[in-house]
Amino acid sequence: MIPLSWYLILSAALFSIGLFGVLSRRNAVAILLGIELMLNSVNVNLAAFWRYGDVTNIAGQVFAVIVFAVAAAEVSVGLALVISVYRRRNTVIADELDLMKW
Amino acid sequence: MTTETLIWLIPLPPALAFFLIVLFTNKSKALSHTIAVGAALLSWLGSMIVFVRALRVEKLGEHPFTSSINWLPTGDTWLRVGVLIDPLSAAVLFFVAWTVLMIFLYSVGYHNFGQPAGDHDYAGLPPHGATVEEHGHKHVVPSIEPMYSRFFAFIGLFAFGMFTLVVSDNLLTLFVGWEIMGLCSYLLIGFWYAKPSARNAAVKAFMTTRVGDVVMLLGIAYLYSRTGTLTFREIFTESVLHTLATIPSGVFGLSAAGLIGLLLFIGTVGKSAQFPLHVWLPDAMEGPTPVSAMIHAATMVSAGVYMVIRMFPIIILDEKTMAIVAFVGAFTALFAATIAVAQNDIKRVLAYSTISQLGFMIAALGIHAYVAAVFHLITHAFFKALLFLGSGSVIHGMEHGVLHTGNHEVDPQDMFNMGGLKNKMPITFWTFLIGGFALSGFPIITAGFWSKDEILADAFGNGHVIVFGVLAFAAFLTAFYTMRQITLTFLGEPRTKEAEHAQETPWTMTTPLVILAFFAVTYGWVGIPEHFPVLGGLIPNWFHGFISGTLAEAPETLAFNWIPLLTSLVVALGGLYIGWLVYRNVNSPAEDRLQIGFLKNKYYFDEIYDYIFVKPAIWVSEILVSAWMDKGLIDGILHIFGPATGGLGSFIRNKFDLPVINRFFGDGSADVTYWFGGKLRAVQTGRIQQYLMFALVVFIAVGVALYFFLLA
Repeated sequence: MIPLSWYLILSAALFSIGLFGVLSRRNAVAILLGIELMLNSVNVNLAAFWRYGDVTNIAGQVFAVIVFAVAAAEVSVGLALVISVYRRRNTVIADELDLMKW
Repeated sequence: MTTETLIWLIPLPPALAFFLIVLFTNKSKALSHTIAVGAALLSWLGSMIVFVRALRVEKLGEHPFTSSINWLPTGDTWLRVGVLIDPLSAAVLFFVAWTVLMIFLYSVGYHNFGQPAGDHDYAGLPPHGATVEEHGHKHVVPSIEPMYSRFFAFIGLFAFGMFTLVVSDNLLTLFVGWEIMGLCSYLLIGFWYAKPSARNAAVKAFMTTRVGDVVMLLGIAYLYSRTGTLTFREIFTESVLHTLATIPSGVFGLSAAGLIGLLLFIGTVGKSAQFPLHVWLPDAMEGPTPVSAMIHAATMVSAGVYMVIRMFPIIILDEKTMAIVAFVGAFTALFAATIAVAQNDIKRVLAYSTISQLGFMIAALGIHAYVAAVFHLITHAFFKALLFLGSGSVIHGMEHGVLHTGNHEVDPQDMFNMGGLKNKMPITFWTFLIGGFALSGFPIITAGFWSKDEILADAFGNGHVIVFGVLAFAAFLTAFYTMRQITLTFLGEPRTKEAEHAQETPWTMTTPLVILAFFAVTYGWVGIPEHFPVLGGLIPNWFHGFISGTLAEAPETLAFNWIPLLTSLVVALGGLYIGWLVYRNVNSPAEDRLQIGFLKNKYYFDEIYDYIFVKPAIWVSEILVSAWMDKGLIDGILHIFGPATGGLGSFIRNKFDLPVINRFFGDGSADVTYWFGGKLRAVQTGRIQQYLMFALVVFIAVGVALYFFLLA
């Protein structure tokens, strides 16, 4: 059986890639993708801890499901906002959305 | 209704009329006078019922109608107010009710009700007449008074004051009524307030009577502090009077009773225009004539005498006070009579004769002639109201003549502009003649004879020879100037065109004259002395018996003496005859030898008072207080304060406020914040990734720090 640490390393790698995407990409859609990556790395963690812990306690799985739901809701709202912004401003570059900026 | 309730109600209708007219019916002249005359009629009715019931009571003096209520709590006790009808107030109520009603009725005609509004009349000035077109040509007729309703409201309040004064059973409500009348006399004398002379007269009357009123209030206060009560029937008990008579007051060696009497008497001197506070009354003639009658006959001046008669049991306790009363009365009687001889204004003659006749009453009181004083008070009220209303009628008739000719230079009140009015105004003439004869004391038939004769008889009988002589001479002058007035006004030929066109006045004015003339004759018959030759005893001397019941000890009737009777016959008839003899051919003031400057100018009392009181008062107020103290001293100090505080203020402003507060704290803090914000705003790039980057760096830094400090 694959040791737990491998899963944790995968999860950490995924989280870091996501974080890098959020911080470095200028496209709003790409930032959203980065966020999804970070959320899913958490899910990997939750699933792995559940499998290597007390299997009868399914709290880890339930938590993962809740995170899916939240992620889905978040991304749908986020994409809707992005589309709306694109229609008005004709761009999805985060730096150019500076209407409120001083 | 019980008599007591009725007495409470007597003063109310005129007061109610006052408020109704002032608040609601002011616009409607007809409604206003209906209310006022109706109210006077109600009060009259109540008074007559009370009077008749009072007559039926035996020994009314011992068992008067009385009723009182608690009014003001004064510590453990109450100040009680109430009503009292004893023989004195019943008799006074009788004449007050009659004269008030007559005057109200007369006012309707006097103020030209039913005439058109004037062409150019102003509120505050007497009406000037209205032009009407009749039978194709224009002529001027009298016009209605612009402030008609206001007049009736005022006299209503006035009547309320008088009725209150008469029915009260204590000095306090008496004083309230007294002061209400003072106010009303001010308002009514100054009724035509656009005339400067009327304004001045109003102020003068108010100020002069105020002098007396203040002293009177002192007397009331002193009485209250000594006895603890102001109710007449509680004061006039033997024990209270004895106490008052025995404790010394510490002033001029008078007893407490003497001082109280003197202070109260000074109130009367002001109200009844006795020397030396007589100066206001002749000037009060500036008011409309019904007011003159109201003030000088029916109410205000009678109120003064009424009060002093009321307080007689106290005044009599000290002989010094009595002597002062007698002196003031007798002196005023003579003094005013001499002035009246030289006056040409028909109302002024009557004003001075009023002062003189009031002097008779005061003098009568001073020589213990209580009943005679009351008797003369009542007969005088009737014939003097008659004379004033008669003179008003004459003036009214003359004004008609003035309007007819259009010559407003002619003074309708100057007797030298009249003459021959006998045929033009017969009712006025005959009633005026009756009033004048009553005033002169025409023997046997007129009321004035009986009352004046009684005063003279008492003076002689009680051995006050000087008073007797002075009063007899004053009576002679009275008859003389009365005949002068009648001769100049009514007899002979008209001296001006205006007098030729004078006209008899309407029924509302002549009816009161006739009714008052009736009383001016018949009222004397109720007091014919029993020992009078031939007539004595034909009609029982009801008056003496009735009035003397007021006092605890009834004054005894004097034996008849021929000397005072002959004296009064001689002075009355002689005065009348000489008056007629002298003035039947006098046609102008130049021919009148009695126009002596000294008398004509009233012994220069107005000028003397002006010099002693008015001028210094003006000097004190205008020079001392206004110019020197207010403008110089007070304003001077204030003018120092102004610049000083201003300088201090601007100093603080420039040296502290502006640099420290404004520059340093105010602007400084703002500048610092501004500078700091300017530096910090570079951080706010608006780039989300940059913020997250910061957050990440801080997160890692904190994480590393925690790791080192907590775990390592």
